[in-house]
Amino acid sequence: MEWRAGNRSVGEKLFDVFNYILLTVITLCTLYPLIYVLFASLSNPTRYMQHSGILWKPLDITFNAYRLVFDNPMIIQGYLNTFLIVSGGLAINIILTAFGAYALSRKGLRYRKQLMLFIVFTMFFSGGLIPLYFTVKGLELTNTLWSLIIPQAISAFNLIIMRTAFEAVPDSLEESAKIDGANEFVILFRIMIPLCMPVIAVMLLYYGVSHWNSWFQAMIYLQDRSLYPLQLVLRELLLLNDASSMASGASGGEVAVIGETLKHATIIVATVPILLVYPFLQKYFVKGALIGAIKG
Amino acid sequence: MAKIPPPTRTSIPSKPSNSAGLNPRNWGLLKDISKNRFLYIMLIPVLLYFAVFHYFPMYGASIAFKEFSPRLGIIGSPWAGWEHFESFFNGIYFWRVVKNTLLISFYELLFGFPAPIILALLLNEVRKAAFKRTVQTITYMPHFISLVVVCGIIKEFTMSDGLINDILAFLGWERVSLLLESEYFRTLFVTSGIWQNIGWGTIIYLAALAGIDQEQYEAAKIDGANRWRQMLNVTLPGIMPTIIILFILEIGRLMNVGSEKVILLYNPSIYDTADVISSYVYRVGLQEFNYSFSSAVGLFNSAINFTLVIGSNWLSRRMNKTSLW
Repeated sequence: MEWRAGNRSVGEKLFDVFNYILLTVITLCTLYPLIYVLFASLSNPTRYMQHSGILWKPLDITFNAYRLVFDNPMIIQGYLNTFLIVSGGLAINIILTAFGAYALSRKGLRYRKQLMLFIVFTMFFSGGLIPLYFTVKGLELTNTLWSLIIPQAISAFNLIIMRTAFEAVPDSLEESAKIDGANEFVILFRIMIPLCMPVIAVMLLYYGVSHWNSWFQAMIYLQDRSLYPLQLVLRELLLLNDASSMASGASGGEVAVIGETLKHATIIVATVPILLVYPFLQKYFVKGALIGAIKG
Repeated sequence: MAKIPPPTRTSIPSKPSNSAGLNPRNWGLLKDISKNRFLYIMLIPVLLYFAVFHYFPMYGASIAFKEFSPRLGIIGSPWAGWEHFESFFNGIYFWRVVKNTLLISFYELLFGFPAPIILALLLNEVRKAAFKRTVQTITYMPHFISLVVVCGIIKEFTMSDGLINDILAFLGWERVSLLLESEYFRTLFVTSGIWQNIGWGTIIYLAALAGIDQEQYEAAKIDGANRWRQMLNVTLPGIMPTIIILFILEIGRLMNVGSEKVILLYNPSIYDTADVISSYVYRVGLQEFNYSFSSAVGLFNSAINFTLVIGSNWLSRRMNKTSLW
């Protein structure tokens, strides 16, 4: 870019130096907690327990903790459940959001405005946690994975984003498709969605991350532990100090020691997938955040 | 708005008819349905979803005015009037949860809100694209980490033998279990929130910054403005509309302090600073089974929140000529 060192005063140079240092510090502060967890997960548990202060490197590298994580049936089952929730949830999310967004983006539709208001209103007012709980319970969805999918089938916010994208597609494309005998389903799946792929990608990202990270619904709707998604298993392990149930194979006093590094290994195992996909999605989520911002 | 009348409607006289089925308006709707039947088929599941999972619970919130028993159901339970609201307003926890909700929101506005603006301004001064991109990529990252993991890390680091205490001890402070002392909860909540969301928050501001007309900088330079003056007189006014919109939206969310994070982090020893309205609703309702009382608290929160959203939208429209609807 325009890097004209000659033109700059001492003050500006000083500012630049300060700015680079400050930004580096902020970046390191953001990154270090994760690095610390990574190092801790690779450390020998006993040495880690004795250690205090900043970790600069793993202490006696060992992959034992990871072996325990992958031997643990709760975590494996949690992964599996999360996988089912994310994949099933995404399919329903995308189809229903696209249906609503497409229908409401058609200018010929009667009561379009009223229907839109019907949906937008839910963003600002809700009946609250308890009535929703009874609704889900009344539909007998509790204690099934459906309780984590169906009640979150559509986000009004995402529907608005998608509708904006569909509205931007020129009407002439739709008209010529209609002349060729296409019905609305064909137009939606063969024209609209392929043309709006970047927005679909944003939707996949938003819905996917929210399914992957959700635990609260699972906590209130699920009793059966074999249905627990990964995040709920993590909560027991990380926040309720229930390491004993996790370190299967270890006995008595070992549990506390192994539990320490096991926690860290689990954090890494649970976080890596999302951190792996996110650099690839970065261009999309910037776009998504911006579309979202325009619409409030 | 401009509704296009169906082309074949002209023959129907506009005289109002007593029978609803023959009303011309309904005729039009029927025609519309048959013309756009596929659109209506698409809409059915969507509207059904909102009716069942959003509007039915709004109706279900009437249990706040009832003596709800799960056996009798929402409709069958006897009415209780304003009893639950009164016992909430007069209860010992009313001020505590309202105060905590407002205080945490206030600190988030005070510290959490400007943080991404400052980071965006600093990033904007960076001219090495690779450095800028690296900083951005890393600071976005925590936004994608699940709340459970973030809270797990917070808990781990704040234990009396955790990393933060190790550092504090090294500097000569005493070790304290930060999550067991109520005085530190708000600080931890807000700081960890900044850690998680600062990078994400910059996206919008960086876009607004990129939209500022470069000629303004040229003009400012000719006028002899240094970079500090340029920032004050060009950059900041340039992103002001964005700042105001986001600030007003933030006010609209005042009562919605992240209940999930509070529930993950708090424990009885710090309820006096950590318990917010939404965590109270969860605890009283789903853990202590006071369904009606809890719904009353929840409804109170929803009502205030709704008022704030409407109010802030009105304000936004007046100040910016921009609004949500």
